[in-house]
Amino acid sequence: MSKGRYGIHGGQYISETLMNELIRLEEAYEHYKKDPEFNAELQKLFNEYAGRPSLLYYADKMTKDLGGAKIYLKREDLNHTGSHKINNVLGQALLAKKMGKTRLIAETGAGQHGVATATAAALLGMECEIFMGKEDTDRQALNVYRMELLGAKVHPVTSGTMTLKDAVNETMREWTNRVNDTHYCLGSVMGPHPFPMIVRDFQSVISKEMKEQILKAEGKLPAAVIACVGGGSNAMGAFYNFIEDKEVKLIGCEAAGKGVDTALTAATIATGSLGIFHGMKSYFCQDEYGQIAPVYSISAGLDYPGIGPEHAYLHDIGRAQYVPVTDDEAVDAFEYLARTEGIICAIESAHAVAHALKIAKDFGKDESIIINISGRGDKDVAAIARYRGVDIHD
Amino acid sequence: MQTDNKFKNNKIHKAFMNHNGKAFIAFLTAGDPDADSTVKYVLEMERAGADLVEIGIPFSDPTAEGVVIQDANIRALKGGMTTDGAFEIVRRIREVSQIPLCFMTYCNPVFHYGYDRFFTRCEELGVDGIIIPDLPYEEKAEMEEPASAHGVAVISMIAPTSEARIQTTAKEAKGFIYVVSSMGVTGVRSEIKTDLKSIVESIREVTDVPCAIGFGISTPEQAKKMAEISDGSIVGSAIVKIIAAKGANAAEDLYNYVKSMKDAIKEA
Repeated sequence: MSKGRYGIHGGQYISETLMNELIRLEEAYEHYKKDPEFNAELQKLFNEYAGRPSLLYYADKMTKDLGGAKIYLKREDLNHTGSHKINNVLGQALLAKKMGKTRLIAETGAGQHGVATATAAALLGMECEIFMGKEDTDRQALNVYRMELLGAKVHPVTSGTMTLKDAVNETMREWTNRVNDTHYCLGSVMGPHPFPMIVRDFQSVISKEMKEQILKAEGKLPAAVIACVGGGSNAMGAFYNFIEDKEVKLIGCEAAGKGVDTALTAATIATGSLGIFHGMKSYFCQDEYGQIAPVYSISAGLDYPGIGPEHAYLHDIGRAQYVPVTDDEAVDAFEYLARTEGIICAIESAHAVAHALKIAKDFGKDESIIINISGRGDKDVAAIARYRGVDIHD
Repeated sequence: MQTDNKFKNNKIHKAFMNHNGKAFIAFLTAGDPDADSTVKYVLEMERAGADLVEIGIPFSDPTAEGVVIQDANIRALKGGMTTDGAFEIVRRIREVSQIPLCFMTYCNPVFHYGYDRFFTRCEELGVDGIIIPDLPYEEKAEMEEPASAHGVAVISMIAPTSEARIQTTAKEAKGFIYVVSSMGVTGVRSEIKTDLKSIVESIREVTDVPCAIGFGISTPEQAKKMAEISDGSIVGSAIVKIIAAKGANAAEDLYNYVKSMKDAIKEA
């Protein structure tokens, strides 16, 4: 009876008020995903608006410097709005519009998903309201203003820990308030079914392109695909079309914050346990009574106490590996990529770069690894400067 | 369910047997502001005429709650309230009272405690039901099986958006049916616009399980009106507001408030 399961994970643990809407959403999605007209429209938006396909760039200097596998960077940072978030948002916004919705609401952590949602709403002529933790509106003030420029109303969320999970809570509450004309444009492969499936499908364009591009460049599949994981949408998109290719290692990099042996971490697989929250069964950072733990990472986009149910399943069956990466390692990698390849990536993506720096030399020179650069780092420059003790204005 | 042997000690039906069969159901959060107060307030509300009390086990992220009950959750957790603490509150209440009691909380605290362990404790202490806003019909089996094995009713919720789900849900309901009056989260509302009468009629076509209406009810007039079209009124935020204002000195105000609500329901 229960739908949207990935092994024991997933499901629809959500209030009765929203159940019929989730059923309608699933029906609409199942219909439109087979509709050639919908797909043509979405592909057109991907290609002509978002700038897809995104480049698969061979990082020659990095490869030589690390002395192992050939390093490729999947440049999701070059998409319109500066991250992979636009893939999912264009898909969901178009779907919502087909369903007759006139208003989009969304949570955002770093602001990337909020900016992408506000962008799609502007493009498709929809109302837009974004919920963002007060702590995040402070540390990502520029993104707040970007969303407002795009015509969205931004609500700073002051409940709980005032970060991403509280933004999700508040968006869910708002959706229960007003569901008839409103679509909740959920930003990651999380929440109740059908969201983990819908978001994965729209993000899977990343691995679809990766596969074509790497086969063209190398004539064979990569040895590994590496992506950062908060809720896990860019990683799911980067992994999905390689899941059946067992020789491709899939590695998700979690935000360890100050370290997995401290309380200041957001590494769910490393430190969490099985639970039910935000509509899904999965792994969560929580205390002995199942209270959701306040989590920490330098990256507002990875600062989430759970992980999408399909990732939890890929972990359970050993198909993907999840590794913790600390703030320090991520900041070092952020600087390394800027200096070595002239690319300022998002601090989220820098977690994936950091792990690649550790493992590249374990691979042969005839092998390749792909790092998913999920977003660009302009938004993080001020925070990195502060981290290094440099006082600059945002 | 009275015929079901596992439920022979369940007391929920008794809440709907007083006076005109209409129940006043009160909610408060365990440990807000402290455990002693919660014990005292439950007994005080019983004395004022409450027929059933829902005790909230606080959760860090109560997504179905408005600001008033969110804040109560935070106060309770800051004060150190836990699932074991809530069981201890029930144990102390049960020393002196047999009022029907339900827990209200979210999936995760129950799941994390362990379903069997949780409902074994409920059975030992005489907790009659559990209300879980993030457990819809589709997912209830995993909790209902262990709960039923210990004679605890998992309360079904029906919302203004339930449509065809009303009867599917109602057919399998145990204890009582919680009809959500309005869209949105818990909290005091000046007006309730949903066509609750037709929802209740739809429920009645398929079950005799009593149904009570909650969300947004705060005045005696509203309580009476809701009890007229259903079997009872559920009040949470208005009670929690009194506790928020008076802290450990809310007993008298709670007594007066609950009495005024119960008196109104008696006229329904």
